Amino acid sequence: MQNDNLVEIEDVEFGYGDRPVLKGITLSARRGQVIAIMGSSGCGKTTLLRLIGGQIKPGQGTVRVAGESLGELDEAGLYRLRRKMGMLFQFGALFTDISVFDNVAFQLREHTDLPEDAIRDLVLMKLHAVGLRGASHLMPAELSGGMARRVALARAIALDPMLVMYDEPFAGLDPISLGITGNLIRRLTDTLGLTSLVVTHDVQESLKIVDYIYFVSEGVIVAEGTAAEIRASDLPYVHQFVHGEADGPVPFHYPAPPYADDLRRGKQRA
Amino acid sequence: MLKRSIENLGNRAIQAVWRIGFAARFFVAVLLHSGTAFRRFGLTIREMYFTGVLSLIIILVSGLFVGMVLGLQGYETLQTYGAEEALGILVALSLVRELGPVVAALLFASRAGSAITAEIGLMKATEQLSAMEMMAVDPIARVVAPRFWAGVISMPLLAALFSAMGIFGGYLVGVQLIGVDEGAFWSQMKSAVDLEQDILNGVIKSVVFGVAITTIALFEGYDAPPTAEGVSGATTRTVVTSSLVVLALDFVLTAFMFRGLN
Repeated sequence: MQNDNLVEIEDVEFGYGDRPVLKGITLSARRGQVIAIMGSSGCGKTTLLRLIGGQIKPGQGTVRVAGESLGELDEAGLYRLRRKMGMLFQFGALFTDISVFDNVAFQLREHTDLPEDAIRDLVLMKLHAVGLRGASHLMPAELSGGMARRVALARAIALDPMLVMYDEPFAGLDPISLGITGNLIRRLTDTLGLTSLVVTHDVQESLKIVDYIYFVSEGVIVAEGTAAEIRASDLPYVHQFVHGEADGPVPFHYPAPPYADDLRRGKQRA
Repeated sequence: MLKRSIENLGNRAIQAVWRIGFAARFFVAVLLHSGTAFRRFGLTIREMYFTGVLSLIIILVSGLFVGMVLGLQGYETLQTYGAEEALGILVALSLVRELGPVVAALLFASRAGSAITAEIGLMKATEQLSAMEMMAVDPIARVVAPRFWAGVISMPLLAALFSAMGIFGGYLVGVQLIGVDEGAFWSQMKSAVDLEQDILNGVIKSVVFGVAITTIALFEGYDAPPTAEGVSGATTRTVVTSSLVVLALDFVLTAFMFRGLN
């Protein structure tokens, strides 16, 4: 019987050098859902995506995608699994030396033997899905930030993956592009039967489209629930995050000695 | 103070050894993943256009001027001994054995090496390499290896063109401008330049330089910190390191190749 969870992360720890980033994270993503991973900048959200994509390996714990443990896969197995994944990078990461059309066609040409006519039809279909069929001849430098991300989304779904990961898809977008991107994530997940993992700190836009949310802080999951549960949560961290309060469990000030001591020291030096 | 200096020195030594080890592993990985560069030779040809064809102007013009200067300086020295008809030998041997491979390599490092580093570094900084990895396409096989082989193939061709242009420059100055006998210029050159000892050794040198420069350029780009400062630093390191390595390798190769030659 097929497992309901496409992604399963169990007790994962990871650090860069001596600095621990993830300290025992456990989460799962059910098939066909949009899952958000939220948290303040630098809390390890993107690191989680890189772990799921197999670009880095956990120090401890297991990461499973479609039932396969990434730690047990060799390079060929990892590349085979990645063909079933798509990833939207924060600023699109489009190949700047080729056109929009060629960017979307890239994976099709690399991984399939389809004739050029079929590739053309598929590329136009994917670009049409993100509303940019008319921009297929443009170069990435000619696109706005929102358009670049939509092209990257078309590229991410080119091979009809089962999992699409989004790294900060809403960052730096104007309100119109924000709405378009949010709707696209939801619509593509539903119509293509994907599972979407969205790493973001844009609370309001995410709450409109996601099925389930995990909050990460200081390397651990501090809260989880549906959009309604998160909105109603009275956990101090979640409350501060959802309502955008400047001070709270996440302090406004970077750790420092008392202000008076700093001022006194300055006077002594003078 | 002294302890900190020693610590810093040790740290730098460890970093240097780590980088050399990483570069060696990178080089082996490029060789092992070279299949795509040959199976889809179009990728390599495309890169040969960027590294080789676009370097042609600087190589040809520099070759011409270097040959012209050799013609002038050579004639000046040779006429002192009444041997100005040997100008063809001097120009040809200087270019084919030394100046062709070395100067072309230095120009190649500045023109193509820096461009390769900047391109790979920016691809890394803008997450294009990560994106490729996530699309199940190995960036070493798809991006790095074709550039490596394009550099290795282009370098001897560029060095040969540099030497040819240089000989033509020497001919222009020596024969057309100064008036050295044309027949003597060409016939002496033909009799003195040996295919194996001179031309083949020059080709071997330029292939070795091509491997060294392209490896350094690709490694620096691949290892560059993903920031504007990181990429600019890597580009500078490519030119400086490649130039020094070319000159050092030239000495070693010359010592082995031309030792005991008459």
